[in-house]
Amino acid sequence: MTTFPHAPGFVAGERPQIVTERFQYEDSYTLERYRATGGYEGLRKALQQPSSAVHEEVKSATILGRGGAGFPAGTKWGLTPQGVWPRYLVVNGDESEPGTYKDRLLMERDPHQLIEGCLIACYAAGLSQCFLYIRGEMALAQERVAAALNEAYAAGLVGRNVMGSSFSVDVVLHWGAGAYVVGEETALIESLEGNRGMPRLKPPYFPAAIGLYGKPTIVNNVETLSNLPWLMRNGSAAYTAIGTKTSPGTRMVAVSGHVKRPGVYEIVNGTTTFRDLLYGEEFCKGIRNGNALKAFVPGGGSAPWFTADQLDLPFEASQVGPAGSMLGSGAVMVMDETTDIPAAALTLTNFYAHESCGKCTPCREGGTWLQRILTRVVNGDGTTEDLAQLVEVGSMICPGNFPHASSERLGLAAVPFPYKMTTICFVGPSAYAPVHSALTLFPEEFAARVKHRRTIPVTAVGAPA
Amino acid sequence: MSRLSDDNVKLSREIIARYPRPKSALVPLLHLAQEQDGYVTREAMVHIGELIGVTSAEVYGTASFYEMFRFEPVGKYLINICGTMSCALMGAHELMHRAEEKLGVKAGGTTSDGLITLAHAECQAACTEAPCLQVNYRYRYRVTPEQVEQLIDDLRAGRLAEEIPSHGTLARVRQSVSAERFVGAVSPDVEAAQPSWLAGKAAL
Ligand SMILES: Cc1cc2nc3c(=O)[nH]c(=O)nc-3n(C[C@H](O)[C@H](O)[C@H](O)COP(=O)(O)O)c2cc1C
Ligand code: SF4
Repeated sequence: MTTFPHAPGFVAGERPQIVTERFQYEDSYTLERYRATGGYEGLRKALQQPSSAVHEEVKSATILGRGGAGFPAGTKWGLTPQGVWPRYLVVNGDESEPGTYKDRLLMERDPHQLIEGCLIACYAAGLSQCFLYIRGEMALAQERVAAALNEAYAAGLVGRNVMGSSFSVDVVLHWGAGAYVVGEETALIESLEGNRGMPRLKPPYFPAAIGLYGKPTIVNNVETLSNLPWLMRNGSAAYTAIGTKTSPGTRMVAVSGHVKRPGVYEIVNGTTTFRDLLYGEEFCKGIRNGNALKAFVPGGGSAPWFTADQLDLPFEASQVGPAGSMLGSGAVMVMDETTDIPAAALTLTNFYAHESCGKCTPCREGGTWLQRILTRVVNGDGTTEDLAQLVEVGSMICPGNFPHASSERLGLAAVPFPYKMTTICFVGPSAYAPVHSALTLFPEEFAARVKHRRTIPVTAVGAPA
Repeated sequence: MSRLSDDNVKLSREIIARYPRPKSALVPLLHLAQEQDGYVTREAMVHIGELIGVTSAEVYGTASFYEMFRFEPVGKYLINICGTMSCALMGAHELMHRAEEKLGVKAGGTTSDGLITLAHAECQAACTEAPCLQVNYRYRYRVTPEQVEQLIDDLRAGRLAEEIPSHGTLARVRQSVSAERFVGAVSPDVEAAQPSWLAGKAAL
């Protein structure tokens, strides 16, 4: 268990490391260190095989997308329509889901690993140009990736005839300008085309069919691509030997909030449980001040909440889904017994209401309604009708039963993930998720809020003459 | 109040050439304009429109979607204090109160000397290091209210001038590719053949 001042938040341990291997070195972002530690060997191995063999290798490793949806990378690459070129690769480095902190570390600490991953993907899937889209607010990540690209171009590793081979591809660095919704893949493409970053109507469901400039486009997350160099160096058998059959490999998880040691951990996929993560000595070491756990968000701000009842679930989508939530982007936010639940939910609803792009009415209006009503409740000015109104507005964004965790304390059974939605993307439902979780799992806190109203309604009527 | 400088026009042309369609360079050029003047001026937007072949209304249409672009002068230093869940759980509100008190402006305001703008921000992808803030998009982690005061003192005294460039400058290292190494933007408008390396043989 070690931390490094140069990699703020990252905690290493006695566990298999795939993407964070080099974080121990202060100069891990330089080409020199990268090469000295096996860098670009995966690419060399890839180029020594036909591209179809590389694609097969990635398919058999079942690398689940780490951006949120968990779709296997190799399968996604195969969804492009036959015979249509050019095809593009767009790298999603827009990391801004509340609680998520991993892609930025990968870009700041190991930019060459990401670049190598991009090249392997382009080679395997026959992609003609790559755009590496970094979130606007990440100045250091932009600098590190720019410097790494410059080094790699100069060393003949990117661009014309990579490593002297017949494979040529450019990687163009691009960055955004602050908008959460741009992380949604079709919005990312709109943004890259120079437009307002609004998600596109579905179908087509995958930009693999129609993407950037209307051409087949693969969108992959930074962490997903960062797995490829190790995979090509060590083979898919070594990769699938870690984790479980359905969730092989590792994943980076950021645990924040009221734990003794918040941090970013590379954990073994599928087997590590939330209890290990929150209480384990090699992880977060328990709740701060020895307090009791009240609730936690298991997969980024969009995910329905869990309580202590779900601690023994592993990081495995097939188990977290039926339990009423999702793993999302590898972000756990922990609330101890001192947390004011309605106020905590409000911070997330504020976020999603603020980030709505305004394209769908239920999200644009509903998010704002949720935000206003919840603000009133949190401030102590809410009524019982307000609580009903929250659910009513929520049901217009997500009709039917909204997923939630079971609760022994309340005698509740779980409602499995996912939900139905009336919006184009998940921003709308995400504004409701924290409200619904908080109301369902902690109804007494809301009841108390509306019972002890802070103010007496006053009608401003002029005094009679 | 200015169009892009000659140097920036040259840089703009290089950037535009990397994309299959010029409009894709819009956001990067807006950043360039903001770096030049500290905010995005009307003249710069007109100029950018000319460079990429779209109307200035289209330029503004895109620009106004994104939080980071400012259309009026802001302080030399923009302090963004995160208030989303992890930071809120760890005391972000206290940081904001302390900063407001020390600066004598509310969130959203700029000090009368034009040095510092204070703003609320949403999740900054540093959640394990909460509460956090950024000054011109440079991070400060696990910040205490006392450190906020110290930070403001340091900014006022010019002690951070080297580490933190004026508002508008993001990465100080740019991508630059020599013409020999660059393959060239791949146009979607030209029917392309299957890339040569897919033909079934190893590339190396
Ligand atoms: C509102 C919204 C925001 C998203 N933000 C991100 C993001 O910041 N980074 C990311 O990689 N994926 C994000 N995603 C998921 C992407 O749409 C997409 O699924 C992902 O980039 C695909 O890469 P992967 O298959 O490698 O995970 C977001 C999705 C939605 C709906
Ligand atoms: S759900 Fe919200 S953010 Fe997503 S497309 Fe609709 S309005 Fe935009």
